Parts: sequence; structure tokens; C-alpha cells
Amino acid sequence: MHVDATEKKWVYISIIMAFFMAGLLAFYAIGSNIHPPSNVETINSERLHVEGEFMEDNLGVKKKPDGSVEVRMVAARYGFYPQEVKIPAETPVKFRIASLDVLHGFHVPYTNLATMVVPGYVSEVNTEFPSAKLGDHPMLCNEYCGLGHDHMWSKITIVAKGE
Amino acid sequence: MTNSDKAARLSLANFWVAFIFFAVAALLGVYQVAARAGYLSGMLDTPEMYFASVSTHGVLMGFVLTTFFVMGFGYYTATTSLKQALWNKGLAWFGFWLAVVGVLMAAAPLLTGNASVLYTFYPPLRAHPAFYIGAVLLVVGSWIWCLQMIMMTMTWKKKNPGEAIPLVQFGNTCNAIMWLWTSLGVAAEALFQLIPWSLGLIETIDVGLARTLFSWTLHAIVYFWLFPAYIAMYTLLPKEAGGKLFSDEMGRIAFVMLLVISVPIGFHHLFMDPFQAAGWKFLHMTGTFAVMLPTLFTGFTVIASLEIAGRLRGGKGLFGWIGALDRKNPLVLAGLLAIILLAFGGFGGAINASYHMNSMVHNTQWVTGHFHLIFGGTTIIMYMGALYVLWPKMTGKEFASPGMVISQIWLWFIGMLVLTLPWHVIGMLGQPRRISSTPYDTPLVEAWGPHEAAMVVGGVILLVSALMLILNMMRSGAAVTQPEVEYAEPIHPVMNVPKLLNSFAFWNFIILIYLIASYGYPIAQFFIMDTYGTIPWEI
Repeated sequence: MHVDATEKKWVYISIIMAFFMAGLLAFYAIGSNIHPPSNVETINSERLHVEGEFMEDNLGVKKKPDGSVEVRMVAARYGFYPQEVKIPAETPVKFRIASLDVLHGFHVPYTNLATMVVPGYVSEVNTEFPSAKLGDHPMLCNEYCGLGHDHMWSKITIVAKGE
Repeated sequence: MTNSDKAARLSLANFWVAFIFFAVAALLGVYQVAARAGYLSGMLDTPEMYFASVSTHGVLMGFVLTTFFVMGFGYYTATTSLKQALWNKGLAWFGFWLAVVGVLMAAAPLLTGNASVLYTFYPPLRAHPAFYIGAVLLVVGSWIWCLQMIMMTMTWKKKNPGEAIPLVQFGNTCNAIMWLWTSLGVAAEALFQLIPWSLGLIETIDVGLARTLFSWTLHAIVYFWLFPAYIAMYTLLPKEAGGKLFSDEMGRIAFVMLLVISVPIGFHHLFMDPFQAAGWKFLHMTGTFAVMLPTLFTGFTVIASLEIAGRLRGGKGLFGWIGALDRKNPLVLAGLLAIILLAFGGFGGAINASYHMNSMVHNTQWVTGHFHLIFGGTTIIMYMGALYVLWPKMTGKEFASPGMVISQIWLWFIGMLVLTLPWHVIGMLGQPRRISSTPYDTPLVEAWGPHEAAMVVGGVILLVSALMLILNMMRSGAAVTQPEVEYAEPIHPVMNVPKLLNSFAFWNFIILIYLIASYGYPIAQFFIMDTYGTIPWEI
């Protein structure tokens, strides 16, 4: 078998590049504790509105004793409920969201607030908004959920901490 | 060898099916960019029409064009490189017709709006059962191709003990074996979940399990599509350019790496899904970065081979050889443009594959822009280049207008850049993918407008290019002077190839272990924990 000397160098460079990129991502994931939404938690989507955590009265923004904020939402064709939420900046936020019907997803553009919302499972996303993000942001459904998919979006408002 | 031994008619039939449906899908593509930009009205401006179109476009481009091209390319290069007739020609034709029937069966619900669930299925949205059954028939047809490739290689090895399998057929066989492993995921989803559920035989479907099984197929399928493009880069391009292949062995290493690594890394499509734990996602991410390696190796070897050709043609200096290459040769032109598109697309891919950075771009138009660039760009332009080399050999006739062949490739390249660069930008500007219009009340919408307009221009250029391709296939000129396919010779003839780079049993064993490690528990968990199924929903 014949491998050219220059080619061998390129093989080493390629391997170092791949390791470097994966290593850099690992460094940030572990160092800054940033992970994709991965809580592996099941729920009966058919009974979402009649029992438990995602009944209408339980939805919305709740302050926690430790100063952080928990936001509970339901995704259902074609909206996110509650349709408007106010979230303080510079505060750790935990989103918990479940689907009443089909697949959904949401993303708030220019932020890492994004997850798929899968029927039968609860999605959980942790993030924090800097003060630079004060104001209204659209929260867009980004997974095809049926013919009304374009119209599925809602609003989140980032307010100053303590407001 | 006679044309009949080369399976020329079978390959021609596969290429015709591939490219006719390709042109139809290109037309749908233009409709979609125009509809999303808000340029249409009336019946054309309805979500019913848009999502039926986008589902059909995806199925035709992703499943039909690719599968039939892979089969046609494989049959013709297998027979001509091994100098051996098909293993079982009758069965090969049966596979072709089975796949055609599958496509027609799926087309009926697609075109009538009864399968607008996109080509990635998206349960619990339910399509008409004929859609899923048609898709399965297409896959079964492709399995018959896999069997032919494997049996031909085995027969050849028995007749030529100890000799190296010709690189082109080594690649075809890797692709065939990889596709058999790859398609198991979607086959299991279709047979055990989608089909019985859409027929009402089972009431509910576990969407988490369905998406996990689909991810098994979803990434490696792109390598099934890409394989013939890489095979053409190694085995046809250096010869067409007038040079030699820099390294035959590196081709084998790249093909084996694609075979082994590409299946067990599908979770980078599930980074944002809640039903798989972070550790598994991280494991699949590292595998995803490893699969960059065969592409990086291929880039080096192919560019080095082109440099040899350029210098043989009198090119001087560090970059002078590039200018000396024969850009009037369709495959050389396609190869050069493919490398440029691959370089752009590769950067985007690395971002998508990034464990947490992905959340900024997940399901935005950035992703659709990315795969149009790397699939519609790199892969398809190489399909075109390979078609232009093989087609005259199959038909025995040159193209009527060599100039139109070259301008068709240039237009495809330009159209693809005009389409996909703004597409990436609107993704960065937050536009979600899979929407038919943008009725949002946010200033972002205004920022998207000019980019959507550019995309319409790109779409029209691509449609013109697609129609020119069909015309080129239809209009033949003088009889060919050289009817045999000529494969590139390596600079260093392959005297003794290591056994591992000339056989597959060991690699199958490694794939099995790797798959169990990366997918074993993530699939088993759905049978361990209490899960709740979901009933079917109409679109």
C-alpha cells in the first residue's frame, strides 16, 4: 500500500481539525453548561388540559423561591398558550412546554431559546436573556404542524429585572 | 463487451426516470420560492397547494432522482469496470419496475394533497397509506440494486482471487452495503409504525420512537446520495481531466470510512428533540465530526489529481495549473464547481452539527439553504458531470450541442449560488423553514423581502438549467468514437491492497457494534419507560 508523504500530513491535519472542533464544542458545553433540550420526560398529551402540570390555571410565568423564573406553556394547533408572556432579563429562565396534538417547535430569533415540541414528551429549555434583548420578540413555530402552520406564533416580552 | 452485457438500456431507463422527475421537481421549486415570497395569488397562494408541492418536491429530489441515479450509475459502472454482465438482469429490471410502481403509487396521494406530510413523514400527521407503501416499494427496489452490486463483487472476487476490486466498484459496493444498513431505520418505522397506524390497525404511534428510527436513516441517506458523486470524482474525473488519480488507496479509505461512520450519527437531526438525553446527542456529535474526515481526504486527493492533470497540460506555478484545466470538459467543469460548493456547504454543515450552536439555526431557512447548497449543489452537479460522461457511451451518440452542455452546468452553479446564499441569510435573520407565507407581525419580515426576491431569480435560473439538461439528453449528434468508459489510473498502480481495503465482512461487524453502541439504548428506552402514543391527525 502506498500513501504519499504530503497526503499523510494532510491526514494528520484533518484529524487534528476534527478533534479541535469537537473539543472546542465540548469545552463550551461543559464549561458553560449549555446543552440542547434533552430532559426525556413523558406525558399523556391527550389529557394535557384535564389533569396535571399543563392545565390552564398552571400555565404562564411563575417566580421561584431561588429568584429564577419558570414558564409553562402548551403548544396546540395553531398557537402557543398563553399567547403573551413577560420574562425578566438577567434571570435564569426554565421553559417547560408540551404539545396537545402534533409536532411543533419554536424559536425566538437571535436567541438560543429553541426546542422541538413532541406529543407524548415534555420539552424543557434553560436560558437567560441579557438586558440587550429588552422588548418584544416573536416566538415562531418552526416545525410543520399542518395547513395553518404559518399562523402559529406568539409574543414574548423581555422586561427589566424587578419590573 | 456488448451493450447488453453493460446493461446500457437498464441504466438509460434509470437515468431517464431520475432526470424527468428532477425537472418536474425543479418546476415545483420555482413555484415554492414565488409562493413564499408572496408573488402569487388565488388558488396558487394556498397552504394546501404549497405543502402538496413541497412534499412532492422533497420526495422527487430526495428519494426519486437520487435512488434512480444511484442505480443507473451503479449498474453501468459495475458492468464496465468488472467487465462482467449483471448478476441477474431479470431481477434488476424487476427492481426498476418495482421502484417505478412505488413512485407512481406515492404520487397519487402527493399530487392530490393527501400526503402533504413532507418527505420526512412527520407523524402524528397522517398521510394516505398509499404514500407510505409506495415509499417502501421504492426502497425495496433499491435493495435489489444493493444485492446486485454485492453479488457482482463477490463473483468477481472469486474469479480474480487476491486482486484489488476496481475502485469504482469498491465504492459502489460500500454504498450498497451502507444503504442496506441505513434503510433499516425508515423501513422499521414504515412497517411497524406508519403503515399499520395509517391503516387503522394500531391506534397510536410513539412519535419519539418514530423520530429516532427516522434519524437512523436520515443522515446516512445523504451519503447514499453523495457516494456516486465521490466515486465519479475519484474514478472518472482524473481521466477526463487528462491526468491520473493521486491515490487509489485513499479512495478506498474514504469509502470505508463513509460506510462505517455515516449511519450511527443521526442524532444531530434530533439535537432539539426532548426525548433523547444529552449524552447520546454528544456522542453522535463526535461521530459527526469524524465523518468530516473522508470528505477532507477526498478533497485533497481530488484536487491533487486535478493538479497533475493541469501540470500535464502545461500549467505552471502554484495556481497556474487551475487555469490550464479543460473547462470545456463537462465533468472537469462540474468537478471544479462541485469543490467550490462543497467548501461553502461544509462550513454550514459544521455549524449544524454543533451540539449547542445548532439551537440558533435549527429549523430555520439556514438549514434548507445548507442542504440545497450541498446536495443540490455539490451532489447534483456531479450527477450532471457523470451523466455527461456516461450518457454518450450508453447511447452511442455524442451530444448535439457540447456548448449547451457546458452552459447548462454553469447555469446550475450560478442558480444554486443565487438561490442558496440569500437562503442562508434569511435563516440567520430568523425565518423558520417549512412555512408557505410570512404572516408574522414583526419587523423581521421586511428584512426577509429582498432575499426572497433573489431566491426567486435563483429558482428560475435552476429551472432553465434543468430543462436544458433534459434537452441535452434528448438531442443526440454524431456517433461516438470511443464507446468504452475509461476509468482513471492511479499514479502508483495498486500492487497489493491490504485485505481490509478489499473486503467488507470485518467492516460490517464494526458497523454492527457501533450501531448497537449508539442506537441500542436510545431505541430500547422507548420500551423501558412508560410512553404515551399519539393518535393520527389530519393535516
